[in-house]
Amino acid sequence: MRYIFAVFALLVVLVVSVAGFRGQMSRRPPIELFPDMVRQPRVRPESYAEFFTNGFGSRLPVAGTIARDAAYQDLPLNTGRVPGTTNFVELSPVPMTAELLARGRDRFQISCLPCHGALADGKGITTKYGMTVIANLHDARIVQMGDGEIFNTITYGKNLMQGYGANIAIRDRWAIIAYVRALQLSQLGARDDVPPAQRAALR
Amino acid sequence: MSDLFPKWTNRLPLYAAVSGVLAVTSVTAAVWYYFTPKYARVGYQPLQPVTFSHATHADQLGIDCRYCHNGVEKSWFSNVPASTVCMNCHVQVLKDDPRLALVRESAQSGRPIPWVQVHKLPDYVFFNHSVHVNRGISCVACHGQVNHEDEIRHLQPLSMTFCLDCHRQPAANLRPPNQVYNLDWQPASPEKQLADGTRFMKEWKVESLENCTTCHR
Repeated sequence: MRYIFAVFALLVVLVVSVAGFRGQMSRRPPIELFPDMVRQPRVRPESYAEFFTNGFGSRLPVAGTIARDAAYQDLPLNTGRVPGTTNFVELSPVPMTAELLARGRDRFQISCLPCHGALADGKGITTKYGMTVIANLHDARIVQMGDGEIFNTITYGKNLMQGYGANIAIRDRWAIIAYVRALQLSQLGARDDVPPAQRAALR
Repeated sequence: MSDLFPKWTNRLPLYAAVSGVLAVTSVTAAVWYYFTPKYARVGYQPLQPVTFSHATHADQLGIDCRYCHNGVEKSWFSNVPASTVCMNCHVQVLKDDPRLALVRESAQSGRPIPWVQVHKLPDYVFFNHSVHVNRGISCVACHGQVNHEDEIRHLQPLSMTFCLDCHRQPAANLRPPNQVYNLDWQPASPEKQLADGTRFMKEWKVESLENCTTCHR
């Protein structure tokens, strides 16, 4: 009987020492019991696909084609320019609404806040880590800039700022511009702009 | 006969019974303990080609998840950002750091960084990120507190029962939409969570979907 228990204990120790415990850190990929079901021969996004010569599972559009939702038309909405010219539009083609401002605030805080800061004063957290020359969006130059030119800057970048055209949808770019205008107004406003009922709340 | 069968053989049936019981219980226990994603997947922490720290970027710098994973609200998968997104800051920040050599090279050449995917559902499961994050399910529900991790680790089993636990009682997990990307958010109390969750279910028409075809097609 002693031998049975001894052998059993040895086996348990062996299994546990080889297999370990639940949740232990492992550098090896998880074991998959039915690999043909779990990993089917199909293209997964952003993954390697041997079918294509360059191996990219995510494909670029074929040259000369336009996606159905692509912004190819020469409209102020898509380019920020007066159609047929290179002049930037003065005013956003998207009507200003409360929803647009809320959306703009949301998107501004995702994509712009790290550098330009919550107040758009160019004092975002990245300035502490070596980012230099971040535009203060309250500069007279930018306050006076047309909406279309700001749209162009967001889309293609300017100086050291990289373009955000690939990351921020067109309508969201206009929403951000609307919100930036609201922020600018908040810094330029005078005491008399505040409704009398709320003036007391000001310090 | 005692030459052929010594005295200890009288206890053979007992030995056999004890060995049998031990074998059956231990094999059952081992299968229960090991043959589950709680063992197979949890704890997977592969070495990544670039030592990117979510703790630094998401927690210390406070960058929103969607700055990089910008497709998560629109797409069924949450995209890994293009290397050019890294370069938005790293053209200036740590611009000559050897740890970022691969990122710079990738952004220049267009060849992707070979990131290792950690959370990988089986191909017969069709999970949609946008549907979850747009209806109050936070990243933290499946990925854990990524914002405190230096290296991404598989923290939840992502097994079928893990999905069903939530699908059977969405009210316990639905968050206010503006807290979905705030991974440190906690409900004020379990009662408030249930009350709010029930309200969200009604307002957003969230159903408790348990059909096979919800996830398997």
